[in-house]
Amino acid sequence: MSTDNDVRRYPGFGLFSAIFFAYLYLPIAVVVFYSFNANRIVSNWGGFSLHWYATALSNANLMTAVKTSLLVAAVATVASTLVALMAALVLVRGRNVRFRRISEAVVNLPLLLPEIVVAVAVLILFSEVGLANGMVKLMIAHTTFCIPFAFLPIRARLQGMDLDLEEAARDLYATGWVAFRRVTLPLILPGVFAGAMLAFVISMDDFITSNLLNSGGATTLPVYIFSLIKQGVSPQLNAISTLIMVVSVVLATVAFLLQRRQ
Amino acid sequence: MKPSSKNPNWNLLGLLPAHLIMLLTLIIPIGIIIVVSFSTRGPYGGFEYVFTTAPYKQLLFNEGWTGELEFNPQYLIVVARTLLLSAVTTSICLLLSFPVAYFIALQRPTIKVLLIYLVTLPFWVSMIVRVYSWIIILGKDGVIEKTLRGLGLVDQMDSLLFGNTAMLLGLVYSYIPLMILPIFASIEKLDPALIEASHDLYGNRLTTLRRVILPLTRPGMIAGAILVFVPSLGAVLEPTLLGGGKTMMMGNLIQLQFGGARNWPLGAAIAIVLMAAVMVFLIFQGLRSMRSEGLERAA
Repeated sequence: MSTDNDVRRYPGFGLFSAIFFAYLYLPIAVVVFYSFNANRIVSNWGGFSLHWYATALSNANLMTAVKTSLLVAAVATVASTLVALMAALVLVRGRNVRFRRISEAVVNLPLLLPEIVVAVAVLILFSEVGLANGMVKLMIAHTTFCIPFAFLPIRARLQGMDLDLEEAARDLYATGWVAFRRVTLPLILPGVFAGAMLAFVISMDDFITSNLLNSGGATTLPVYIFSLIKQGVSPQLNAISTLIMVVSVVLATVAFLLQRRQ
Repeated sequence: MKPSSKNPNWNLLGLLPAHLIMLLTLIIPIGIIIVVSFSTRGPYGGFEYVFTTAPYKQLLFNEGWTGELEFNPQYLIVVARTLLLSAVTTSICLLLSFPVAYFIALQRPTIKVLLIYLVTLPFWVSMIVRVYSWIIILGKDGVIEKTLRGLGLVDQMDSLLFGNTAMLLGLVYSYIPLMILPIFASIEKLDPALIEASHDLYGNRLTTLRRVILPLTRPGMIAGAILVFVPSLGAVLEPTLLGGGKTMMMGNLIQLQFGGARNWPLGAAIAIVLMAAVMVFLIFQGLRSMRSEGLERAA
């Protein structure tokens, strides 16, 4: 299969891919590199320093934004994963489900719309309802657009599941609930975890909606970073970005390993 | 909790929360967006329920002192730029993604998993950080300018930041993983016997690529085109940070109307235009993929 005259191989694709991966990772590497720059001016190298990490970690506004983001993401993750799990169980396993395709499209609706439209929709909704609490607004909006991201991995896991196991449990006189809790749930748990993690990252990363709703004293991490970028490139910004990337990479790796373990 | 056929109410109960949330936070509010786009602008932002088509007229015309309408293409240019940049972004992503996806699909399983992990990783890394990285690279005294000056190639140069090129770079960079994954999936599904058969019938590599591989991986390309084109149309961060204040796209124009400009009806009207563009594109692609599925079944 991997002989040199394999008709499936095309010359140059390997080199092209190598250049592509460099393109994908160089910008990230630049940010990480300059975060260790002692010099206040980003692009003038002034020696290695961890100074900007200390500055970042003692930045009270940053910590407040991190707390806001974590709280919103935690609520949105739990809510959207539960809702998505219920919907996925019905849409994949339920019998005689009417309007299955339309129903699935509705659950995935936030994916079919540009996010700015979703943001405008919730902004107008909250202004009409008269909801003023910034945190509650963010939690509701984030739950909405996280649902499809939690839904898709759970659905994939359910579709790949062997129905025989659950039927065997039922043959052994397990009630519906016991069969679900002891057989179905453990089997789909990796999918549920992957879905929850994706929802968490999507919520933590959201800028468009959080920025448009930004009022009532609830500034999330990306919105805070945006305000820093508006003030100009700075080494502290690079340090903050690097810290965020480290956390993202750890989360992504865990989620990836969870999904591989099948 | 488990849906069972004996008790069909479980179906309804399981779907109810998701549907209720979508109905209350998206479907009804989108109806309100349509209403707002035909409403009068409020004195301090917001809107008043007084019917008018002014927001849509404002998209094309300026109202003069005496109320006469004067054609003004400023918003039309933003719409055209958005469509064009998104189309170019999608095309570039397609061209770059195919060789990479194909190369990954031919690797040994362990390497394949590793490379797919590397493709998805940037998607998990904060979008705002990834866009910001291009400011360091393209900006004044940025990495590119420094490198070129260091090599003695240029003395003075215009900032590469702020403009269509910078936005295009940012858009391709942001969304290309979404193109590679579906193309990779469709190449993986491709039966290698078909490629060998093509060679046995004296098709060379190019003919095989053109007549066998590309047509059979079309569903993946269509899926990738949707995943890249739709978020590009609604992009906000790339035009705001890399385009500068003057070269706008629909996404940050809408944001501006609901933020600083305080013209909700105009913002709503642009949002409706954006949604219409997305819908037309999705329907068009839906028809195309239905046709190619039909061809596949016929073949």
